[in-house]
Amino acid sequence: MKKKRISTLALVCTGLTVIMALAWLFPVYWIVATALKSETETIALPPSFVPFPPDFGAFIYVIQNSPIFRWYLNTVLVSAVITFFSIFCALMCAYALSLLDFRGKGLINVALLVGFMLPFGAMAIPLFMLMNRLHFVNAYAGIILPQIATPLSVIVFKRFFDQVPIDFRNAAVIDGAGDFRILFNIYIPLNWSIIWAMAIVTFIGAWNNFFWPFIVTNSTPMLTIPVGMTQVQSAYGVAFAKTSAIAVLASLPTAVAYLIFQKRVTQGVMAAAGIK
Amino acid sequence: MTKAQLNGQRTLRRKGLPIGWVFVAPFLFFYGVFLIYPAIQVCYLSLTNSDIAGQGGFVGLRNYVELMRDQDFWASVGHTLYFIVLTVVPNTAVGFFLALLVVRLKRLRLPILSAFFLPFVLPVSVVTTASLWILDTNFGIINYLFGTSIAWFQDPIWAMPAVAAVTIWWTVGFNMLLFIAGLQNISPDLYEAAALDGANALQQFINITCPLIWPVASLVLVLQLIAQFKIFDQVYLLTQGGPYNSTVVVLLYMYRQAFQLNRGGYASAVAIVLVVIMLMISAIQFRLLQGRRTK
Repeated sequence: MKKKRISTLALVCTGLTVIMALAWLFPVYWIVATALKSETETIALPPSFVPFPPDFGAFIYVIQNSPIFRWYLNTVLVSAVITFFSIFCALMCAYALSLLDFRGKGLINVALLVGFMLPFGAMAIPLFMLMNRLHFVNAYAGIILPQIATPLSVIVFKRFFDQVPIDFRNAAVIDGAGDFRILFNIYIPLNWSIIWAMAIVTFIGAWNNFFWPFIVTNSTPMLTIPVGMTQVQSAYGVAFAKTSAIAVLASLPTAVAYLIFQKRVTQGVMAAAGIK
Repeated sequence: MTKAQLNGQRTLRRKGLPIGWVFVAPFLFFYGVFLIYPAIQVCYLSLTNSDIAGQGGFVGLRNYVELMRDQDFWASVGHTLYFIVLTVVPNTAVGFFLALLVVRLKRLRLPILSAFFLPFVLPVSVVTTASLWILDTNFGIINYLFGTSIAWFQDPIWAMPAVAAVTIWWTVGFNMLLFIAGLQNISPDLYEAAALDGANALQQFINITCPLIWPVASLVLVLQLIAQFKIFDQVYLLTQGGPYNSTVVVLLYMYRQAFQLNRGGYASAVAIVLVVIMLMISAIQFRLLQGRRTK
């Protein structure tokens, strides 16, 4: 008797959870549905909840009438370069902080912690001036350079390197391997999963970054997608299907990347928060 | 690392070229030029009347004196604090609640977890586009479903709560994830023992789950506090600070001073105040994390 009551309760709980999850996804569904409607259908009353037959007019219009491919290219390029250099620099630095002895190491550790705490937004003004002087405003370099040094990745990698038994390195040193080979042939392969996780999280973060690209670019061909799409929206005015279509295109890569690499993203987020 | 291991490391250390510096050099270059240098520069700029190109002279503490008397600045601090009240605790509470729902699932776990987490990986402009459409006064689905006609982002009363609600929808998945990890770390033996002693589900929740999840909860709260203090993107994209400047937050105020009014020096003083507040919060976070480590 008691057992049955509990299982009913469990079922209700699960049902409630599913309903909440669907409600949570509704805005995402609604944007996709709106993108597949004609402009007149979007503002019809009562609203049509399923766009059938789907109308691809908004997508076609957006693709033909906005530099979205250029923005895609910009964002892919910028995010890929940031991810590669950010992870590479962080791995090198973490290896040194974890395994090598050298003067000034303590100072670097302190600098890392301080930098970790500084809000990026507060640096925007001097950074913009610096980019201005270097003629990097409206240039890939201007978007990329300030996003490469990520103290968080260093801290995470260092924590993982610390856990590798020191004998691995000692044995390699006796065999005559240099530190570069030790890093690339032992430490990186051993920690492949967290490196991969941090790379995906860095990529998604760079793709989604709004604030800095927004500050350092204003010429249409140099915008990234998150910044560019807001420009298109003000140009279109009230055109819900078209703004939705461009939103769908803008979020496709990160959403798909998340759904494919779900476990890695979770792992990266946890590591970054210091949980695991 | 044990002492023997440390000694092993020392004996194997190579003399001569400081290989350590070679390894930290690439990171340190980008870090120094694009983070440390601007951090120092912003302190200096806050003592000048520079424009946004960096041209201007030294004015001492005049910016700070003006800042103390600047009602618009204090209003922006107030709006930021209001936003924090609307987001930090609710976002943590909702994250905990969702984690409790998700953690007991088995086969449905992954799809449900992704449903709650998915918004977090969307660009902010997509999130705001969706919100502006769903909360549109005339054609928005929310006003239609609830039979209301609220101008969510144009109404001085509703604008900030609406921005907060959007923020929670967007970012709660992150908090949920941390709570799930925390809940999984609680040993099932504890619940079994409590059940044997006759504790019901509610008692177990209050006496086992709550105290053991507190370290995670405090971490989430501080991470939230840091994140929400830096609020800019959503406000800029949803309300542009309006209506009647009722949603101008500190970073938006700084942005306006710097890039719209061309007052780089004054905006830097705003930035410094923000940094000081953030450093104080971060110090608390650091102590919390240290506490967790030593446990």
